[in-house]
Amino acid sequence: MSRLYMARNPRVAARSLDGEMMIMSSRDSTLFTLNRTATILWQAADGTTPLDEIVEHRIVPEFEVGPAEALQDAETLARELASHEILQISEQPILPRNPVAGESWAKGSTTGESR
Amino acid sequence: MPELATDVERLTLVIEIGGMPVRVHTTDPRFLAMLQDRYAGFVTSSEHAEITFDVDLTPPQGADPDAPVRVTHHKGRWTLERGDFRAEWEPASRTGWIRQTANPYSIDAVLRIVHTLVLARQGGFLLHSASAIRNGKAFLFAGVSEAGKTTISRLAPPDATLLTDEISYVRKQDSGYIAFGTPFTGELAKLGENVSAPVAALYLLAKGKENRIDPIPPGEAARSLLANLLFFAEDEDLVQAIFHSAFEFVSRVPVSRLTFVPDARVWELIG
Repeated sequence: MSRLYMARNPRVAARSLDGEMMIMSSRDSTLFTLNRTATILWQAADGTTPLDEIVEHRIVPEFEVGPAEALQDAETLARELASHEILQISEQPILPRNPVAGESWAKGSTTGESR
Repeated sequence: MPELATDVERLTLVIEIGGMPVRVHTTDPRFLAMLQDRYAGFVTSSEHAEITFDVDLTPPQGADPDAPVRVTHHKGRWTLERGDFRAEWEPASRTGWIRQTANPYSIDAVLRIVHTLVLARQGGFLLHSASAIRNGKAFLFAGVSEAGKTTISRLAPPDATLLTDEISYVRKQDSGYIAFGTPFTGELAKLGENVSAPVAALYLLAKGKENRIDPIPPGEAARSLLANLLFFAEDEDLVQAIFHSAFEFVSRVPVSRLTFVPDARVWELIG
């Protein structure tokens, strides 16, 4: 079974305020407010910790949910965040961006709560 | 030998909004007079200008002021476009040009955009809100169309100085914020006074059955502020800057919901 890795998009602006994580796309100024689970994923998305470990250590204990169900929900959520270009996801660890190689984010459609 | 060309007189006007003088050159005396009237109270005799624009007037030809605004940055030069104007501005040289028909609305849009770009780099912004000074303090009243910006402005008592009924000018200064009067008008069609004061509060307007002020959570304050900011540029650095500016503002300025019935007693709660 393949593992999923996540990294934060450095091109979004993010702020946590009174427990709420808000993120704005720099590309089109769309504003997102993350729910608790999405906030956990965002904070843990270091590119090298696999999603199943994040779920096991951060989500299952907090939400009292079974590991299999939690992983499935988390993966769905991670893919949704990736579709909004908030996170990058990959089946390989995501190393820091190499400015020489010019690694860039794949463009996808962006919808959601907008300002 | 007959002269092949004649000198065209260049006419000049300096419009100072938010403490930032912008010089406008035109060759059309009627357009100059139109601007002097439009920006009365904001025209200065200052020799200094932060930006100088040459205005190139074109014949009327079906320009569409309702077309979307496009503001892009490329190689140190901003390009501002709408159906009724095209402008370029180079911050390094502090110069630019505007091509438009002889109307006051196109240059007004250009000035608004340019001020948002300058303010974004300095932690300030233009906000969809009415604002007024009372007892030496500035109060902002934000809301979408029909929220009550014009109404609260119209109800202002004699001891309140109206800064704008539509678009507030907010500049970051030291650990706080200063609100300036603007000539950017809404339904009241009355220019704000060209004065400034420290911002004491931001109220999010709501119409209701009583006058009351309620605290709102910081997250809602930030979202509401972001929703009411004027910003047009397709520029990642400036989008990030304006996002963080909004959070800075709500961390330093009290933000509350002001519910009001449309009568003057609401001002008893303000100032």
